[in-house]
Amino acid sequence: MTTLPAQTDKKLGLVIDLDTCVGCHACVISCKGWNTENYGAPLSDQNAYGADNSGTFLNRVHSFEVQPQAPDAAAQLIHFPKSCLHCEDAPCVTVCPTGASYKRVEDGIVLVNESDCIGCGLCAWACPYGARELDQAEDVMKKCTLCVDRIYNENLPEEDRQPACVRTCPAGARHFGDLGDPDSDVSQLVAERGGMDLMPEQGTKPVNKYLPPRPKDAMPEFDVLAPFLEPVAQEPKGFLGWLDKTLEKL
Amino acid sequence: MNQPVLDLSPKVSDEVRKTTCYMCACRCGINVHMKDGPDGKKQVAYIEGNKDHPVNQGVLCAKGSAGIMQVNAPSRLRKPLKRVGPRGSGEFEEIEWDEALKLATEWLEPVRRDNPEKLAFFTGRDQSQSFTSFWAQNFGTCNYAAHGGFCSVNMAAAGIYTMGGAFWEFGQPDWDHTKLFMLFGVAEDHDSNPIKMGIGKIKKRGARVIGVNPIRTGYNAVADDWVGITPGTDGLFILAMIHCLMKAGKMDLNYLAQYTNAPVLVINNPGAADHGLLMRDGNGKELVIDRATGKLTPFDQPGVKPDLAATYEKDGQTHRPVFHQMADMYLDDQYAPENVADRCGIPADRIRAIAAELARVAFEESFELDHAWTDFRGEKHDKMIGRPVSFHSMRGISAHANGFQTCRALHTLQIILGTVEVPGGFRFKPPYPKPATAHPKPHCKVTPDTPLDGPHLGFVHGPEDLALKDDGSPARIDKAFTWENPMSSHGLMHMVISNAYAGDPYKIDVLFMYMANMSWNSSMNTRGVIDMLTDKDENGEYVIPKLIYSDAYSSEMVAYSDLVLPDTTYLERHDCISLLDRPICEADAAADAIRWPVIEPDRDVKGFQSMLCELGAMLKLPGFTNEDGSQKYADYGDYIVNHERKPGIGPLAGFRGENGDQAGRGAVNPNQLDRYIENGGFFVEHIPAGANYYKPWNAAYQDWAVGMGLYDSPQPYLFSLYSEPMRKFQLAAEGHGDRQPPEHLRTRIKEKMSPLPIWYSSEEENQVADFPVTALTQRPMAMYHSWGSQNAWLRQLHGHNPLYLPTKLMRENGLADGDWAKVTSPHGEITVPVLEMAALNKNTVWTWNAIGKRKGAWALEENAPEATRGFLLNHLIHELLPPKGDGLRWANSDPITGQAAWFDLKVRIEKAPAPDESKPGFDAIKSPVGKGPKDLKWKVGK
Repeated sequence: MTTLPAQTDKKLGLVIDLDTCVGCHACVISCKGWNTENYGAPLSDQNAYGADNSGTFLNRVHSFEVQPQAPDAAAQLIHFPKSCLHCEDAPCVTVCPTGASYKRVEDGIVLVNESDCIGCGLCAWACPYGARELDQAEDVMKKCTLCVDRIYNENLPEEDRQPACVRTCPAGARHFGDLGDPDSDVSQLVAERGGMDLMPEQGTKPVNKYLPPRPKDAMPEFDVLAPFLEPVAQEPKGFLGWLDKTLEKL
Repeated sequence: MNQPVLDLSPKVSDEVRKTTCYMCACRCGINVHMKDGPDGKKQVAYIEGNKDHPVNQGVLCAKGSAGIMQVNAPSRLRKPLKRVGPRGSGEFEEIEWDEALKLATEWLEPVRRDNPEKLAFFTGRDQSQSFTSFWAQNFGTCNYAAHGGFCSVNMAAAGIYTMGGAFWEFGQPDWDHTKLFMLFGVAEDHDSNPIKMGIGKIKKRGARVIGVNPIRTGYNAVADDWVGITPGTDGLFILAMIHCLMKAGKMDLNYLAQYTNAPVLVINNPGAADHGLLMRDGNGKELVIDRATGKLTPFDQPGVKPDLAATYEKDGQTHRPVFHQMADMYLDDQYAPENVADRCGIPADRIRAIAAELARVAFEESFELDHAWTDFRGEKHDKMIGRPVSFHSMRGISAHANGFQTCRALHTLQIILGTVEVPGGFRFKPPYPKPATAHPKPHCKVTPDTPLDGPHLGFVHGPEDLALKDDGSPARIDKAFTWENPMSSHGLMHMVISNAYAGDPYKIDVLFMYMANMSWNSSMNTRGVIDMLTDKDENGEYVIPKLIYSDAYSSEMVAYSDLVLPDTTYLERHDCISLLDRPICEADAAADAIRWPVIEPDRDVKGFQSMLCELGAMLKLPGFTNEDGSQKYADYGDYIVNHERKPGIGPLAGFRGENGDQAGRGAVNPNQLDRYIENGGFFVEHIPAGANYYKPWNAAYQDWAVGMGLYDSPQPYLFSLYSEPMRKFQLAAEGHGDRQPPEHLRTRIKEKMSPLPIWYSSEEENQVADFPVTALTQRPMAMYHSWGSQNAWLRQLHGHNPLYLPTKLMRENGLADGDWAKVTSPHGEITVPVLEMAALNKNTVWTWNAIGKRKGAWALEENAPEATRGFLLNHLIHELLPPKGDGLRWANSDPITGQAAWFDLKVRIEKAPAPDESKPGFDAIKSPVGKGPKDLKWKVGK
């Protein structure tokens, strides 16, 4: 058993906008690239060019179709990127038999100390989000580090001190910051847009938040917009008369 | 609690080298992080977007971020290959470059000496077309083009003919000001990051996004409103909105009068050779009635207020302005929403609601920018009026037989709303705007041992510009610029192999291709093309005698080539993303960029363009040889710096002049590439404020463009709502002029070449009665056509491709997820796995493009899912339409441009027993590069 800190100084995390995520997987691959080369063991791939290929990813995008209740309403497609949510009550930490999984006191990032990890996989079972993956080559547990080796990295320009997935997201659907500070940009975004916890009933108190999609297919009905299409004339001849009058006014 | 001590500031890399991505035609700037590898050589460790770059501003898509796996892919070709087994077997021997180039020279020299047209040189996804076309011109063959004909020529040509530019690389929405963005068709890949950035930006502001697409994925998934239109009816939907807007007077009349040919008078002279042409003065200037004086006058005179309403009486005839003809045509009830709703699959009130919303935003949310500007008539304006409605579209509406007219219709919609080149609307990117009249015409005069008489591709303005021989037969192997498809500005790459095989219009001797997977996903009728490439004549010789191919990777096409010239990967080469070619400019700036070898190849390969410099000199091509007969350009980098198209204008616009301080025009700067590298691999020159909107008519922009070398002189022009070149083809079909179409094409030309946009269906030709379902493909955002499958990371995202069926078709056919279905078209059948998708037009099925792979290609294992479950829709599509009993075979192409009509494909679906593998199956080809490693686990740094 490993204990969680009573509280953390900051609650660093991601805010992911499901209204603008187009499902392009840029974040998935950028994460794979950075974390293969950086923190801990590389993210390996098995059967890389064959059948049943698989590999370790710290971030994956899932897509779900939503069928609204209203009759004749069009189905919708929601792209849902998922990585570790850096929960305040992280069950993956408390279940760890060696203390390898831990939550950092200073910023709340949940990490795996790979040298202490025995690859037992209990943490992956305990995580209700499926956000941890056991690397098949190294036999250690891998998970989102929130790019802990980028966000404080003095070898990077200040503007680049953010997770690789946030830096690369073409649609600007990913935001990084301190969700413990109500005045931070990310906290304000969550407040404005009704940011949500993922599966709050699990009691994990995730730090990451999701911004829900805005209502879709809600354009005003034609009868409201009708004045904008009031015909200027019923007959083509009338149209030319209207044209002449209107040009006179211009 | 004891937390481990972490190194929070690890060294990121030993060096950052900035170059340009190649994973699609976006051409983003990238930072390539290099680390010292175990052998002490610098290796690629990590790739990210370049924050300073105008295209991507730091972001990067999945393809770009996976570049390291592209550079390390086991499918990379290693050495020149000479075929030793039969074509298609994949049996090759590796040869030295000396031998390879000698062989190529032996094949090409007699062709050039005797009849250069016997070389067909086509370069698929080439990003160096201004260079490759220059090479082909020097060789002297008329048979050159790139892949535009099977991609989006309709979009490009319709845009240029109508308004001097189209979407994507020609222009972009005014992301900073637009409030309503309407996206038509499958556009997820064109272009990639800038569209995502733009959508993110405008959604943050709360602007509305309307997506018109049978499939609700990607951009359409985040659109506020989704219009799941019946494929191929976009033009009809657009014309219905034009009908509503015109009828309600919701048009920018001032804009139409000043900047378009709507007020230009149309000659009314029934039966005569000039009937329907635009009225012009002795200098060829279009004539309008000046509303101030009531007099006939050239459109561009100072103070003229062109009148949209006035007619002109002469010799007993009433000549009316274009705008009257538009009213006649579009106010007609055939375009009333009620009369198109069923066909488009969109309720009439929804069509009205969208048209009304366009009108509301364009005119009620109009705004002004405080930029004074002067138009080409010398009139001063103290403000710029914004109309915050913008559009974007690409291949989805292009790749239909009605695509050209549909694209014209969309431009007409933008223009009547007055949203082109105004704040909040659609904006051109330099060197556009550039009207069709400012582009070259096609050239096809072949002379032995001599360069061609000019550029191959261009814009025709009437029958006199067609590429025909003296006997009226097609000059080009692909029959571009003929009566079958007069305005085929990008050529017809998809017809080259079948025409060469048929010897129609003539036989060729050497087929030379680059980056074009013609024996697989880049051809319609894949099986047929394979047979054409392998068939032999009565003498036992291949019908297409010699085939030279260049690619960096072991694609399916390699196996069908006689000589394979291995190219480098994108990080091992020089390239220029040139203003002479397909630029990367922004609406506010001209920009170009380079690629440079950030790593050296570890294989015996040569960059294709560098190889052509060498081969060009061996063939003694004038443009590639010095006077003493020696090689003129050592390699492509040397060409990029030293080639001048005109004095002072070369492939790169930046850092010209001896001191590197000149932009656009300037002497050759020997240090130019170094200056680009220092600057991050690109060059940007901003357009001055006040010159950056109304570009076609803005005197300040025109002057800036001349200074940059984009134009030789200011060339303001009117948007062509009415297309006079199209009317000239109609006149020929009506019997006027010396050059006459063949009889069987007369009616079609009269009908389809309407100078005002029309809509027509091709469902009947595709036998919709028996094949009622439309089948589409789209490219996944995370993959670049076939290239993605060799990438160990990307193939985990898209390793196989189900056929997505709407709920209705799943139920009707008793299908469940994971079942298999037989899909039959008039041309062929495939058996493939299916998956249900609800957010899909109820009569449309679709799949991801080019995931399916031939066994043995791309260094994949033969049991890879790409080869066992993946599939191509290409097997269902033929380059010709099904026979219709008239004894003629009609191309499955747009009759105006020849664009391949991929998206007109009609099929029927039925449940099938699950086979072992997708059908049709193909034998494995022997991999010339072996297979990749089983597992990957690497870290470059220590």
